[in-house]
Amino acid sequence: MRLIYKILQNSNIQFDTIFMATDIIIHDQKDNVGVVVIEKITPKQDCSCWIMENDSTIKIQSMDEIPLGHKIAMEDLKEGDTILKYGHDIGKVVKSIKKGEHVHVHNVKTKKW
Amino acid sequence: MEIPKSFLGYKRENGRAGTRNHVIILPVDDISNACAEAVANNIKGTIALPHSYGRLQFGADLELHFRTMIGTGSNPNVAAVIVIGIEPKWTKRIVDGIAKTGKPVEGFHIERTGDIGTVMKASKKAQEFVMWASEKQREECPISDLWISVKCGESDTTSGLASNPTVGNLMDKLEPLGVHLCFGETSELTGAEKVCATRGATKEASDKFMKTWSSYNDFILKEATDDLSESQPTAGNIAGGLTTIEEKAFGNFQKIGNCKFVDVLEPAEEPKKGKGLYFMDTSSAAAECVTLQAAAGFNIHLFPTGQGNIVGNPIEPVVKLTANPLTVKGMGEHIDCDVSKILSREMNLSQAGDKLIETTLKVANGRLTCAEALGHREFVMTKLYRSA
Repeated sequence: MRLIYKILQNSNIQFDTIFMATDIIIHDQKDNVGVVVIEKITPKQDCSCWIMENDSTIKIQSMDEIPLGHKIAMEDLKEGDTILKYGHDIGKVVKSIKKGEHVHVHNVKTKKW
Repeated sequence: MEIPKSFLGYKRENGRAGTRNHVIILPVDDISNACAEAVANNIKGTIALPHSYGRLQFGADLELHFRTMIGTGSNPNVAAVIVIGIEPKWTKRIVDGIAKTGKPVEGFHIERTGDIGTVMKASKKAQEFVMWASEKQREECPISDLWISVKCGESDTTSGLASNPTVGNLMDKLEPLGVHLCFGETSELTGAEKVCATRGATKEASDKFMKTWSSYNDFILKEATDDLSESQPTAGNIAGGLTTIEEKAFGNFQKIGNCKFVDVLEPAEEPKKGKGLYFMDTSSAAAECVTLQAAAGFNIHLFPTGQGNIVGNPIEPVVKLTANPLTVKGMGEHIDCDVSKILSREMNLSQAGDKLIETTLKVANGRLTCAEALGHREFVMTKLYRSA
């Protein structure tokens, strides 16, 4: 363990990368969605989420299979709710979404155009 | 990282510096493409820039055509130019515009001579130009001679998370060194337009941005038949996880880091207010946007991609970066700079920005980009409306 720590100290790899790999990245503390950054997450997977804004880590259990780059709901959302990402409004919920479910074009639409 | 203060470029007659030393054969119009391509085929080391327009255009659309043609020929990455058009008058207008830079330029018109005679005359001149240009040597140029344009494409959520902020980090580090910077993609800022407007360096710049964005948005609303599904965002964007134009816009906007834009440019307009960041009114289609930025005089382009856009430009080298590990794995031959380690948190944004600066300088010094090695020369004129 001490040896591993020493190796990590002398490299660019962050300590928590090895022991707490990031599955999901959230831009802003206010955001109600996160982005999957591993190849995919599977249903019932316990995921580690890194919030970039304040460099904190939270946990979530996924409900769906979600591929790399796609979004997961960090809380229950109902029709008409606003999706926040980067701390900003990126669209509206058109079909209710449960915490841990896949968020995409099937349940969210633009408020523009 | 200490940022190098210079790069090796080609000094031009007008004081600008190029990262490339092209001799181009520039057709004025669609029907002169065959002739221009024949000349480029005859004379090795020259490149033809065929395109689809240049006949019966009028008004602002015609002005944009001339601005793009003259700007392309005037770009410091171009050593000398052969202009070929069907008629003498428009050909001469473009030759005269390029000649203001002081570089060698000669025009030929096809009417009364035909393709074969024109190819012969133009080839002789092209040979003279390319042999003259081949003697040019790279010299040390201050880093402020870099004019860097940016545009992202086939974006996905990894673009907004990592590759676009990497470009933003580079801008934050290079802007104080006096480089010119340019971003565009008017329609793709929709949803983030109010936040973008606050980044004008002056009230005048902010107001000009809002006016430009509103006008483009009105045009889209007028022409749109549905919610633009599969156009904005594209099918590729959606496959990559982007859901709405607003989400795409906030990701897109990460490219300018903390910089403020000093002015808003017309398509293909050369910046006139000195160093710093400019916004240009452009389409969000990759080849159209890069063509306009190159015509405004930008000499190196940074192109973050998510799902893997493969665009290149004949005169402005296009450096591609991605943070999507699947794109690196599946189509690595298109990626000049891999920043996918940001997602696994093995690399931070500042390290990624440094890596991109290193890649940019290597390319500025002459290293071929992936797009150049693969022969991507997309030259796409922006057309504002139908011809008369």
